Amino acid sequence: MTAPLTKTEPLLQVENLQKHFPIHGGVLQRQINSVKAVDDVSFVIHPGEVVGLVGESGSGKTTVGRTILRLEEATGGAVRFGGTDVMGLSKSEMRSYRKRMQIIFQDPYASLNPREKVRDVLTHPLKLHGIGKPSEYDDRAAALLQKVGLSPDHLNRYPHEFSGGQRQRIGIARALAVEPEFIVADEPVSALDVSIQAQVINLLEDLKNDLDLTMLFIAHDLGVVEHICDRVIVMYLGKVMEIASAADLYARPNHPYTKALLSAVPVPEPGQRRSRTILRGDIPSPIDPPSGCVFRTRCPMATEECARVVPKLREIGPGHGSACIHST
Amino acid sequence: MPRDFTNTKPILEVRDLQTTFDLSRTQSIKAVDGVSFDVHPGETLAIVGESGSGKSVTSLSIMGLLPKDVGRISGGSIKLGGNEISKYSDVEMRDIRGKEIGMIFQEPMTSLNPVHTIGQQIAEMVIRHEGLSKARARDRAIEMLNLVGIPEPKRRVDNYPHEMSGGMRQRAMIAMALSCEPRILIADEPTTALDVTIQAQMLELMQDLQEKIGMAIIFITHDLGVVAEIADRVVVMYAAQVVETGPVEDIFRTPRMPYTVGLMNSIPRLGSSINKVRLQAIPGSVPALSDLPQGCRFHPRCGYAADICRAALPPLEQAGDGHMIRCARWRELNLSQKEAS
Ligand SMILES: Nc1ncnc2c1ncn2[C@@H]1O[C@H](COP(=O)(O)OP(=O)(O)O)[C@@H](O)[C@H]1O
Ligand SMILES: Nc1ncnc2c1ncn2[C@@H]1O[C@H](COP(=O)(O)OP(=O)(O)O)[C@@H](O)[C@H]1O
Ligand SMILES: [Mg+2]
Ligand SMILES: [Mg+2]
Repeated sequence: MTAPLTKTEPLLQVENLQKHFPIHGGVLQRQINSVKAVDDVSFVIHPGEVVGLVGESGSGKTTVGRTILRLEEATGGAVRFGGTDVMGLSKSEMRSYRKRMQIIFQDPYASLNPREKVRDVLTHPLKLHGIGKPSEYDDRAAALLQKVGLSPDHLNRYPHEFSGGQRQRIGIARALAVEPEFIVADEPVSALDVSIQAQVINLLEDLKNDLDLTMLFIAHDLGVVEHICDRVIVMYLGKVMEIASAADLYARPNHPYTKALLSAVPVPEPGQRRSRTILRGDIPSPIDPPSGCVFRTRCPMATEECARVVPKLREIGPGHGSACIHST
Repeated sequence: MPRDFTNTKPILEVRDLQTTFDLSRTQSIKAVDGVSFDVHPGETLAIVGESGSGKSVTSLSIMGLLPKDVGRISGGSIKLGGNEISKYSDVEMRDIRGKEIGMIFQEPMTSLNPVHTIGQQIAEMVIRHEGLSKARARDRAIEMLNLVGIPEPKRRVDNYPHEMSGGMRQRAMIAMALSCEPRILIADEPTTALDVTIQAQMLELMQDLQEKIGMAIIFITHDLGVVAEIADRVVVMYAAQVVETGPVEDIFRTPRMPYTVGLMNSIPRLGSSINKVRLQAIPGSVPALSDLPQGCRFHPRCGYAADICRAALPPLEQAGDGHMIRCARWRELNLSQKEAS
């Protein structure tokens, strides 16, 4: 089932988002080309919804997340948050939006300052955004730790004293500190061992239920995404290939790229060798993407027409869009 | 159909392997502590376990690549084709590596040399190990690139590693590892950093090549999906020891050591949007080798831990045909993976 599109206003609207990184060269360091990292991406996220963003590495997932938060400036399109045009905000206006939108990174260690105690990690965002009274900070930090399954005893410890899974919990607690309305989680469990990954997935599921979190969940593990997400966006080479509810996408994938991705996932059941579409070759360079459909060079269904026509994301069922001219 | 190799003579026999790292004058740790397994010709053995469990150190010990002055084999035996290689000198091991044992790693650039072309690197191997002429060696390099599915091998043979895409480099690394048709290929997390699409290509390629060349594969990974797909037998490691081992069907259908069961229940399987299941995470994290718990090393994280588990380290016990378990309570618990659907 898809979230009822009319009942609630979307919290986040991404419209024709584009991010081209310039490439400079020559003696004059003039711009000679660009990396089309994100090219004409549109989607919405409703309050309380967790939307997955999947695709091979290099497809532009991280850039989408960073551009939404304006950690990277878009080169085109619009991002609306609660109706407000985020790209049009001045630096100082952006500050109050920063508080409402947070990010969780893949590598919890790299994203934590090794010289900061956990207490400081968790109270800095509060100070920065002037939330609460300093006298309340310790209680708030302790409560945050409990929320993510750590103990208040951990407040005086440094990041290196924690295991990978614990550090990711700290990263999550830091993102939650300012009580954001929206979180971008960029591969938050990809670096963790499966047993620890399961702990963090369960934590995120609990937080989603308890706090009604709205989240863009970036990952390349399709099993993980299916577990946590209500809806899923499949990206390839800067473009959206397919969008659907998780139940729809996994049961009835439409786009040849989605089908190939799903069929490549190894199934933990011996003897279950499935017929599989193995994609040949690597993802092409986003500097010079293929004409027409960007996926056509690896697509088992590609025809001549695919080189000429840029496929539009067409609605093939309620809330289910697919960008393939051959899709029915 | 499961493949059965037990009636052939093993090509590699590892017995009670102990590998010690001397961290300082006074402190040392055992990164591999009493590990035993056999590998048969043509068979794929998977070694699985969380990071830090000793998988890589096990493979480095076999290949004679432990870091000098710090790491050493402190006990046990490693026999390759019946010959004890654990006490071989560096020079002797150099003749084994590449020729008898091929190796591939997660990062292709650890095996590829950036300043030589792919062709030069493969040629150097076959000249050294097989005494081929330069011209014949180049032909072999082209043949190998063709075998691993690199398009235009005659042109690609003169490429430097940086002139190839990531997927292509993976293939080149495999071509190099297999150029002398080794009897064993040790693959240490070769697909861990790859997208599932490229991983599927690699797994297919390795299985194809195994059929053609007939080599045994030791495949190290922490991905149980990959294990199910390629392994004939599985060794599960935890905190430097084997905790369960057996044919792949037994390990997946009737795992008995609570740690293995925990790993199985932690996997986010496809299909969860229809059958909502909560993952059963294993609480806590792996112990430090310098601070191991008394008794069973898994007991602090085990939901079934009892006094007997804290009292003594349980031995690895035979539980069936080639299925071995290290758990004091396995008979009484009679665990089997809970229905994952
Ligand atoms: N700062 C940057 N400058 C130039 N190219 C970039 C930059 N950041 C990302 N890219 C490129 O944009 C593409 C998309 O990258 P990314 O968003 O990180 O993809 P993903 O997260 O899906 O792996 C890649 O080709 C990447 O190399
Ligand atoms: N060079 C080294 N020096 C000291 N200790 C090491 C070294 N390499 C590995 N170890 C120890 O051996 C343990 C097992 O490591 P490893 O075999 O790499 O684990 P994995 O199962 O992740 O491959 C590590 O936890 C570490 O304590
Ligand atoms: Mg990314
Ligand atoms: Mg390793």
